[in-house]
Parts: sequence; structure tokens; C-alpha cells
Amino acid sequence: MHELSIAKEIIAIVTAETEKKRLGRVETIHLRIGALSGVDPEALSFGFEAATLDTPLEGTRLVIEPVPVRATCRACGREFAVEDLVFLCPGCRSVDVDVTQGQEMQIDHLVVE
Amino acid sequence: MLAERKILALNLVSSPGSGKTSLLERTLKALGERVNMVLIAGDVQTENDAQRLIKAGGRIVRPIVTGGACHLDARMITKALEDIDLSAAELLFIENVGNLVCPSSYDLGEDMKVVLISTTEGDDKPLKYPSMFRRSSAFVINKIDLLGQSDFELARVKDNARQINGTLTTFELSCRTGEGLNGWYQWLEDQVALKKGRPPKQP
Ligand SMILES: Nc1nc2c(ncn2[C@@H]2O[C@H](COP(=O)(O)OP(=O)(O)OP(=O)(O)O)[C@@H](O)[C@H]2O)c(=O)[nH]1
Ligand SMILES: [Mg+2]
Ligand SMILES: [Zn+2]
Repeated sequence: MHELSIAKEIIAIVTAETEKKRLGRVETIHLRIGALSGVDPEALSFGFEAATLDTPLEGTRLVIEPVPVRATCRACGREFAVEDLVFLCPGCRSVDVDVTQGQEMQIDHLVVE
Repeated sequence: MLAERKILALNLVSSPGSGKTSLLERTLKALGERVNMVLIAGDVQTENDAQRLIKAGGRIVRPIVTGGACHLDARMITKALEDIDLSAAELLFIENVGNLVCPSSYDLGEDMKVVLISTTEGDDKPLKYPSMFRRSSAFVINKIDLLGQSDFELARVKDNARQINGTLTTFELSCRTGEGLNGWYQWLEDQVALKKGRPPKQP
């Protein structure tokens, strides 16, 4: 359960940003979370809610956009969607593939009042 | 910090009890005289693992007690290494907190992650923890002395791991009997040599 510590990092980043730019109340925080990020969106939302109680971010919602996994084959260069966790090039059957998308965990943007 | 020093840094991850400390004890006893090792043992509550590593001959061992946190982060590593003279160090082992989920999201500045499971766990672990298996470079299957006592199948676990990450270097071994450990030691020495910019010795 590292979602609580991730939630706290998000809170720290967003708080610093709103203070620096003197922004108003944050309505929603939009995140991009890869299917391979190791972060459980539900646990993250739960942790975020718990960690923002009685803070300026209480009531702010997390909007999580799931990011599917994609990879590039090192052997033939083909770019493909990884489905059902099969990391195999559909072109040449090589297993030597680089994940190009799906490991991220990013704050995309904020919606402020 | 580690990269420019040519120290090979390995981040050892597994579920609780798979045998991370046992593997490090074995490794210290076998390579301790030849390879200059620094060890960091992460634990949620105790310093027991660090004590075990010192007993096994570890000269530079640092515990990190996370006090509840389920993973190590790069700041903790930097702090643990602060007062260590790394000039002669060749290999840094980081025993992460027993957990296959959370540590996958934290880069400790390591060269590679080594993921370990034991034959007393499910052979579907690679499928259940794809994020960790995907980010790892080596895969250790420990406790092969207990094969046959459950429905764990070596062939199946290897198939599952290959599906997630076909480039994993895989070891099958037992820290109890010592079977399979020579391949692990050899690989470690080769990786240390490569990190220093020397080609590994030919067998
Ligand atoms: N039968 C058998 N037992 C083993 C083997 N390797 C380790 N064990 C036992 O498994 C138990 C756990 O081993 P540890 O090395 O402490 O495991 P760990 O991964 O460091 O555990 P945590 O740090 O608590 O996550 C101990 O009782 C070991 O003696 C093995 O190859 N075969
Ligand atoms: Mg241990
Ligand atoms: Zn291909």
C-alpha cells in the first residue's frame, strides 16, 4: 500500500503549484496512470481522500485516466499494443521489446475554480 | 551518485519470506573475499536482516527501518550511504522491503532489479505482479529443494515470466542446499566486471 505516500506526494506538488501561482480552489486533479505503473487507482483515490481531510484540498477530486500498455520491438521495430500482458512482438514473435507506454504515473493538469 | 562510481547496484525484491536475506548470506559467504560488497537491508520494523548479514561476513551493512512504509525510496538510500566510503566498493546490494507491488514504482538508482520468488508461492506470481517482472533484469527462483511438495511447477513459472519479460536472466536455486548457486555467483561477478568496463572472464 504505497498509494497513501503517492497521494501525499501529489498533495505536496499540487499545493506548491497553487501557492506559487496563487491559484484558487482546486476542483479536480487529472492523473494519467499506466496499467503497469504498479499503482492501484482505487487505493490511490481512497488514500487521497483520507490524506486531504481538513486540508485546503479537502473535497478535491482525482480524475484518473488509465493508460494502456504499448511496446516497441527491438528486433523489427514494430510498435504494438500489449494485450493480456503478453509482451511478445506480433510481427516477428521476439520477446525483446521495450515498453513505451503504460508505466507512467503523472499529473496531467489541474482544474481550478 | 552510483553510476559514476562504477559500483554495480542491485535492488533485490520479493514477497516477504521468499529468501532475499538467505541469498545475500550465501552470496557474502561465497564472494565476500573476492568482491567488495556494501549491503543495505530494508525492513518495516526491525534490523534483524542487517544483523544476519553482518553475521554472514558483511563488512559494510546498513539497515533501513522504514517504520511502516512498504518500500524504500531513493532518499533513504542516499541517507544510508552518506557516511560510507564507497571508493573501494564494487557491488551494492539493496534488500528491499518484502513486497512485490510498491517497490516497483520506486527507482533507487539501481542498475538492475532482481526479482525473487520461492517454490512455496504461486507459480502465477509473474502474471500477478507484471509491473515488477517487467522492470526486473534477473529472476531468481528459490527453494527448489521444496519442489514437488506443492503444485508449483518450474516450467509454468518460467513460461509465465517469459510472457511478461522474455529477456529475464533466470536462476533456479536453493539457499538451503546450495544447488544452483554457482550460476548466480558467476553472473554476479560478470555483471560487476561489466560495470567496471571489463569484459567478463571466459569460463
Ligand atoms: N527450504 C528452504 N528454505 C529456505 C530457502 N531459502 C530461504 N529459506 C527459508 O525461508 C525463510 C525466509 O527466508 P529469508 O531469507 O529471511 O527471506 P526474506 O525474503 O529475506 O524475508 P523478508 O526480509 O522478511 O521479506 C527462512 O526461514 C529461510 O531459512 C531455501 O532455498 N529452501
Ligand atoms: Mg529479509
Ligand atoms: Zn518484432
